[in-house]
Amino acid sequence: MRYAMTMDTRKCVGCSDCVVACQTENNVPLGYCRDWIVEHTAGTYPHLDMELRSERCNQCDNTPCVRTCPTGASHVIEGGIVKVTPEECIGCGACIQACPYDARYFHPDGYVDKCTFCDHRVKKGQTTACVAVCPTKCLTFGDLDDPNSDVSKLLRDRKWKVLAPEAGTKPHVFFLT
Amino acid sequence: MKTRREFIKISAVAAGGIAVLKPALSWSPDFLKKDIEPLDESKAKRYPTFCEVCFWKCAGFTYLNKDGEIQKIIGNDKDPHCNGRFCPRGTGGVGMYYDNDRLKFPQKRVVDGDGTHKFVQISWEEALDTIADNMKDIADKYGPESMALLYHASSGSYFKHLMQAYGSKNIAKPSYAQCLGPREAGFVATYGMGVSSPEPTDIKNTECLVLIGNHVGENMHNGYVQEVADAIERNASIITVDPRFSTIASKSKFWLPIKPATDLALLLSWIHVLIYEELYDKKYVEQYAFGFDELKAHVKNFTPEWAYTKTDIDPKDIRDSAYEMAKASPAVIVHPGRHTTWYGDDTQRTRAIAILNALLGSFGKKGGWYFAEKKSVPHFPSPEYPHPKWTWKDITKKTYKGAGTGISNDLIKASLPENKNEHKVKGWIVVGTNLMTTIPDVETTKRAIENLDFIAVVDTMPMEITGYADILLPECTYLERYDDIRSSQHRIPNIALRMPAANPRWESKPGWWMAKEIANRLGLGDYFAYDSVEEELDWKFKQMGTSLEEMQKIGVKQFDKETDLYLADGEEHYFNTDTGKIELYSLDLEAKGYDPMPKFIEHKQPDSGFYRLIYGRAPMHTFGRTINNPNLTDLMDENKIWVNPKVAKIWGVEAEQEIWLKNQDGKISTFPIKVRITERIRHDSVYMIHGFGNTEKGLSRGYGRGASDSEMITNVKIDPIMGGTGMRENFVTFLLENPHLEENKIENKEAES
Repeated sequence: MRYAMTMDTRKCVGCSDCVVACQTENNVPLGYCRDWIVEHTAGTYPHLDMELRSERCNQCDNTPCVRTCPTGASHVIEGGIVKVTPEECIGCGACIQACPYDARYFHPDGYVDKCTFCDHRVKKGQTTACVAVCPTKCLTFGDLDDPNSDVSKLLRDRKWKVLAPEAGTKPHVFFLT
Repeated sequence: MKTRREFIKISAVAAGGIAVLKPALSWSPDFLKKDIEPLDESKAKRYPTFCEVCFWKCAGFTYLNKDGEIQKIIGNDKDPHCNGRFCPRGTGGVGMYYDNDRLKFPQKRVVDGDGTHKFVQISWEEALDTIADNMKDIADKYGPESMALLYHASSGSYFKHLMQAYGSKNIAKPSYAQCLGPREAGFVATYGMGVSSPEPTDIKNTECLVLIGNHVGENMHNGYVQEVADAIERNASIITVDPRFSTIASKSKFWLPIKPATDLALLLSWIHVLIYEELYDKKYVEQYAFGFDELKAHVKNFTPEWAYTKTDIDPKDIRDSAYEMAKASPAVIVHPGRHTTWYGDDTQRTRAIAILNALLGSFGKKGGWYFAEKKSVPHFPSPEYPHPKWTWKDITKKTYKGAGTGISNDLIKASLPENKNEHKVKGWIVVGTNLMTTIPDVETTKRAIENLDFIAVVDTMPMEITGYADILLPECTYLERYDDIRSSQHRIPNIALRMPAANPRWESKPGWWMAKEIANRLGLGDYFAYDSVEEELDWKFKQMGTSLEEMQKIGVKQFDKETDLYLADGEEHYFNTDTGKIELYSLDLEAKGYDPMPKFIEHKQPDSGFYRLIYGRAPMHTFGRTINNPNLTDLMDENKIWVNPKVAKIWGVEAEQEIWLKNQDGKISTFPIKVRITERIRHDSVYMIHGFGNTEKGLSRGYGRGASDSEMITNVKIDPIMGGTGMRENFVTFLLENPHLEENKIENKEAES
């Protein structure tokens, strides 16, 4: 079992539905977020290109956040999902510094919080809240170990990239281009 | 220590063109913190609803958490408007319920001894009595026709019934004359039927989609966006015409960066190419269309080379995009757009779009336009309406002969003191529409209100219009009320139920109850001959072969379609026009004294130092309706003005710098707006999201955030055919110093003299 997500940059319109669906699903306090939108424009008028991305924790194989955590609050669970145990977190922020994706934030209740790939839903056979809501269906979630899963198929059929490959984190959120 | 926000700044600097849309750290309500454990949907209580955050009205279910409080809203899989997926506004609809700035109690305007006005909390009894008494007075003095209803909220349907029972048909929605009216009139003149909503464009099966200034994806019309995303996946061609590099332009095969206000030249030139290069659907045109020869003669000189001189678009791109459409014919859609009130010749522009579709043989064809079907909703038994002595038609139809419904701005004008004719409007009921930002030329609206005998306003939020009310009624949100049945046209006829998921907060009440209570006080109780809305809805549902009980479980019910979705090859079809055919040459428009075929008119271009004001939508907001919603302001809490880097350099303005706007008539924006420097906008235009810059102080998150585009729209180009208000011929320049400070005011005056 190795969970992963693909994000189709061709289809995403940057509507932020993934952000608000995550907030209401995971009780993320307003003013904070576990996922967000990035818009990247290149060129000069009228020769332009634009990419829209829905970004979140990349659920890396090689996890600088877990490595730097002094208490063991940051850890990896089955399927490669990186999680934080709030009770064990002392809010030192080392993981926030270490993450090349800016995927973590200080929860106002005093711990560090981040995307969990909605493991509480996935356990029950559901998909993540952001994937379930996305109007353009640009997000796909699934098991990379299963060659017949939608994510495996998409990664075989489409061109893709990952963010900050130079960081060597082996991220598991793939951007279809 | 490196913080998240500093990181954003760093990444923006490093990569140049990156904008990160992360919520601003602002506000953290208690309600989202209560449940530490995420909700288990399979065990949670849920109630069907359809969304009221925008007009698309997607159906879904409101879920309660374990404490019985509203937690989230999720789309209904059976609903063709959303296919189980809500858009950000629908998902964030919970914020509407939890917004503590909501209107809480009925209030009345009181004028103190020193002449100052204030609102005082009153009982529902007093509020409803006062409205009924004023309606009686107006009926006695001028006749019931002198009351008008201006509405947009769903509950408007019960007020509409009240108004007609009372004896007035002076009813208008700004969504006609300020939005989609021209396209309806343009399609009626061509096909004998309007487009209506949701648009029956068969994007699901199309091979080519043409968008004229239509920013799908930024306008989050849910089912429409979903089908466009599918079309992108299928590699369908998209042709986008827009002076701005919109989201959909970035996903298009052709982006034609047009000089604003010249769209009709491009459309006529496309028609020219299709006809003179014989690329049109000859068989279709011969069978279904009227006036081809006249059209051919009319467009003879509208070559791409001619259009280039107007539009700035390379003739080769005009031809290639026309070939692309012809190649896909009939699976091609030239989309009619939605907000079409631009330059005053908007019905004619939409006529050109309608004609293009006919030449491409796409109307009534797979991948083009399908024939939608709608289930009619029976009326609960009630007496016949009285026949009013005059209606909106007597005001509007004399001038705007192609108007299809009441014209909001015309009813407003009928309330002006200088209106000396016999048709005077002396009282308004306003339900769920902020007229001050919806209707352009706000000073006229204010003068009309000054001259009214009475105005009652129904809304969920304090908005600018609520400040003008004599009586202000707090409506509960859509999550706390029943409303009339949603029946909408689609590939499959379907209906949806909205029911409350919570009790109304404070003293707010549903609109149906207010209308019924006012009717009782006017002696019109027979028109609302049911004890509760449940009884009324159940009766209607039973006539339609279901029941309230069933609908409370399923939320959406689909029915069999009775007519075919498409025309079969060569099938006879009668169009509801004078000739029974698609009128390329409109006999009806000609008879009414208008051009039977669209003509290109030169529109004004900006003077030096001024930029055309283009406005539009953001996916997380609907008009100004959402600008105080805690969840949605968390995604975007202000608008910015898009400025081309070359223009920014001329002015020496920097990103995020606050500037004030001044338009061609000297109107200065109340609030400053931050600059967004981006290549995505033409040098002769600026762009901003509509709905911000609200001046209502009761909005703790909306007040004074960003600037108002509406405020800058003082030049209104009225469509001579249907009375729509063209709003895109306004130009702004920049003021870098606060013009509202006393010392700067003096300087401004000196500069002007």
